[in-house]
Amino acid sequence: MIAEAGHYALVLALALALIQSFVPVIGARLRDPALMNVARSTALAQLLFVGASFIALVTLHVNSDFSVANVYENSHSMKPLIYKITGVWGNHEGSMLLWVSILALFGGLVAAFGNNLPLSLRAHVLAVQAWIASAFYLFILITSNPFLRIVNPPIEGRDLNPVLQDIGLAVHPPMLYLGYVGFSISFSFAIAALIEGRIDAAWARWVRPWTLVAWIFLTLGIAMGSYWAYYELGWGGWWFWDPVENASLMPWLAGTALLHSALVMEKRNALKVWTILLSILTFSLSLLGTFLVRSGVITSVHAFANDPTRGVFILLILCLFIGGSLSLFAGRATSLKQGGLFAPISREGALVLNNLLLTVACAVVLFGTLYPLAMEVLADFKMSVGAPFYNLSFVPLFVLLLLAVPFGPMLAWKRGDLLGVTQRLLAAGVAGLVVIALVWAWTRGGSALAPLAIGLGVFVIAGAVTDMVERTGLFRLPFTTTLHRARGLPRSAWGTAFAHAGLGVAMIGIVCETTWNSEYIATMKPNDVAQVAGYDLKLDGLLERQGPNYREMIAQFNVSRGGEPLSVMTPSKRNFTTRGSSTTEAALLTRGASQLYISLGDVTPEGAIAVRIYHKPLVLLIWWGPVLMAFGGVLSLSDRRLRVGAPKPARARQRLQPAE
Amino acid sequence: MTLWFVFALMTVAAIFAVIWPLGRSGRPDNQGSEVAVYKDQLAEIERDLAAGLIAAPEAEAARIEISRRLLAADSSESAIAPAPNLRWRRAAAVLALVGLPLVAVATYGPLGSPALRDAPLAQREPGAGTNMAQSLENLVAQVQQHLEKNPTDGRGWNVLAPVLERLGRFDEAVRAYRNSITYNGESAERRSDLGEAIAAAASGVVTAEAKAEFERAHALSADDPKANYFLGLAAEQDGRKDDAANIWRALLAKAPADAPWRPLVQTSLARVGGGVTMPALPDETIAASKEMNDGDRNAMIRGMVERLATRLKQNGDDVEGWLRLVRAYLVMGDRDKALGATTDARQAVAKDTERLRQLNEGLRTLGLDG
Repeated sequence: MIAEAGHYALVLALALALIQSFVPVIGARLRDPALMNVARSTALAQLLFVGASFIALVTLHVNSDFSVANVYENSHSMKPLIYKITGVWGNHEGSMLLWVSILALFGGLVAAFGNNLPLSLRAHVLAVQAWIASAFYLFILITSNPFLRIVNPPIEGRDLNPVLQDIGLAVHPPMLYLGYVGFSISFSFAIAALIEGRIDAAWARWVRPWTLVAWIFLTLGIAMGSYWAYYELGWGGWWFWDPVENASLMPWLAGTALLHSALVMEKRNALKVWTILLSILTFSLSLLGTFLVRSGVITSVHAFANDPTRGVFILLILCLFIGGSLSLFAGRATSLKQGGLFAPISREGALVLNNLLLTVACAVVLFGTLYPLAMEVLADFKMSVGAPFYNLSFVPLFVLLLLAVPFGPMLAWKRGDLLGVTQRLLAAGVAGLVVIALVWAWTRGGSALAPLAIGLGVFVIAGAVTDMVERTGLFRLPFTTTLHRARGLPRSAWGTAFAHAGLGVAMIGIVCETTWNSEYIATMKPNDVAQVAGYDLKLDGLLERQGPNYREMIAQFNVSRGGEPLSVMTPSKRNFTTRGSSTTEAALLTRGASQLYISLGDVTPEGAIAVRIYHKPLVLLIWWGPVLMAFGGVLSLSDRRLRVGAPKPARARQRLQPAE
Repeated sequence: MTLWFVFALMTVAAIFAVIWPLGRSGRPDNQGSEVAVYKDQLAEIERDLAAGLIAAPEAEAARIEISRRLLAADSSESAIAPAPNLRWRRAAAVLALVGLPLVAVATYGPLGSPALRDAPLAQREPGAGTNMAQSLENLVAQVQQHLEKNPTDGRGWNVLAPVLERLGRFDEAVRAYRNSITYNGESAERRSDLGEAIAAAASGVVTAEAKAEFERAHALSADDPKANYFLGLAAEQDGRKDDAANIWRALLAKAPADAPWRPLVQTSLARVGGGVTMPALPDETIAASKEMNDGDRNAMIRGMVERLATRLKQNGDDVEGWLRLVRAYLVMGDRDKALGATTDARQAVAKDTERLRQLNEGLRTLGLDG
């Protein structure tokens, strides 16, 4: 009964979404409040039914009900409870159900908390959400139904892909989906604005929290995914420029650009058309990511099943929404009112530069992702676009961006004073130069560019600090006044500073890890000692152990430094019998922000084992940076105040700097 | 019955969600407007000015900008007044009452299986399967569950391993044999069984890992036939055909005449060019038969066939043996005896359906029992 009730709930959600697609739009045309309000109750009911459907699937997985094909194919009765639950979205059908559940969640949130929206805008936004939802409900029900049954249920399931049997699966996909799907809201707002033909600063105010939420989750989701790949895949790499990773990076780049251009729009009523376009592009890239990952075009851990009908269906959805929205944009964009003017050197100008760099970077990634696929299809020629391409194209763009980041928040609105800002950033620049010199003196070897890049990271962080010092008047004003001003500052200003500093932190981590990463690959026998970056790692022995649904071989390493014992590390290799595959469980030892990393290879007949040991200096900064960025996002989100971009008057010379 | 009741209840709830707002008199309450946003922005400027975050001239400039937006928004919003439309509301209500259930039924109908009950594992009856293969799988699953809880039950692993191997689940069989060795202690037989499973998992290739097991088995008991056979096979796969032939020849030399694996080893030996032309006979016998005249040779063959017949009377399980016997009679032109052997064979294996099937298939290829 649970299985069938869950199935039926999903069908009802489709029926409700279809009604929600048309009735509110008609209502908005006729200006009938009751018809427009249908959007609200149907969105909430949809959330209820999809939620019930999702809970039903979770229950079926927990109960190991193998009469459901999806459970049989992806679960196993001996699997620990947590993986029974996370296994729900560790497969194609279940992950699509999670996708629509989150879509319904966002729709429900707009319906429940959208009281500050004009009625017709809310009706339109929810109707557009329902279009997206209907398409995906149909996709799920027709091509990837998680509730299909088996008449003669087998007694045991086929188990989940062992690589996915990890706590990372509990966090990474839901976060990423919250990000991807969250951008559907800004998309819906953009389409609604185009339909209504009206767009202004208030629109940006209303979209702001949704874009921010999506951006925060996407940032964390990507960082989490990268950390997961780092410790689970056993290669010690954290980013591979793999098409699936790019698929999540592209919406992030476009979304970051959107976040900044929406700021200009809210405060200064400018860049309106561009912001609408970015909203459309960001969600389109999310859809493209879903297509790339789910259609089987790319083979990876993420492609659970390769089924051509699914690919064609998603491609249809993709064409329909991207094509439809861009046509609507092309038709309506010219009729939108243009907003305020600004000088090239101003906060707006800096944000335009930011947008320019981010979108070009995004285009570069898009090219690098699609070009090999196109070559394979058109010319039957297999190639891969990897790190060298991105190092030459993406990295310079980002360096330019980072150079500009500290200037942005310090420039005044409308017309700024570049020279003044440069003077005030002098301290940050000096800090960066000092660090460059120090790093240069300290290290021998490694790339000559590394100290420069670290200096750049320090410059970005110091720039964020300078900005805060300037605004609070620290060192300039009495301490109590400073404290008072710090409290009075909008939290979004703090958010900006944290997010920008996070960028610098991540940059330093990336540079240190790639430049001074030391590695030791060898076949070790018990009692052999490996020396890596000043640490002595002694292999004590190998032992075998039986896990709940796997058998593992553990190697025990005693780690010491200068004769002083530090810790014991136990990397292992797990053999999962049901799927007949194995995973490597790397062992990590964290020392400050640096890590020692051991992963195991194969055992030779002589009883020796291949090991890869890495020392990764400051590697954790790579993920602390995004966490800091997300924290900045949360601070900014918690800022319920309205934002005003106070423009600098044309002639009067100012005595105080504008803050926000 | 309850299921249909639940479906009906859910449908009613969905319809209600559409109808409910239609019934209400559509007050233009709780909605925001642009005007409200701009008024809030104006208040924000005053606050910032009071907190000393912006200077007076900038505040003034911002105030002018926002006031301009406020005026524009105000004029455009006053144009929009609510216009209740009863005809369309009724149409929407009809859509909900008729269209929604129709869509739901039309979609669920072809996809759902309302007749199937849930089958959570805890409530399943053990061994409830419909056909033989399935119940065997279920049995295996139960034994596996038992063993996951009592992994030290060596006998359990011993029983499970060959079954898994027969079901073609070689990887699991490998693990079962390993555990059997761990908990029962090692023997040449177990080692070579393990090696066989590893080789089977590698689609018949005797991998280094498998070879290590056979070598271990050989060290434990030099005469273990399986270990010797596979070591020969490993040599053959390595391209060392002479070694393979030597190993197999030695194996045959020591083998009892009625060992069931003799033909297999002989065919293998023939494959590597071990000098056997009549794979049904051991090479020493062939060597002997070369010096004989026809009459003696016939007598020798007859003697061998009689020996086979006697052995099968004592132990009738050997399907291959029966088939060989029938074939031999046919070759010797003794069709009556062949038919008699066929009847005997059927009686001997009648209890075992699997063997009976093999036998019937074999007989069909011999042209008997077409």
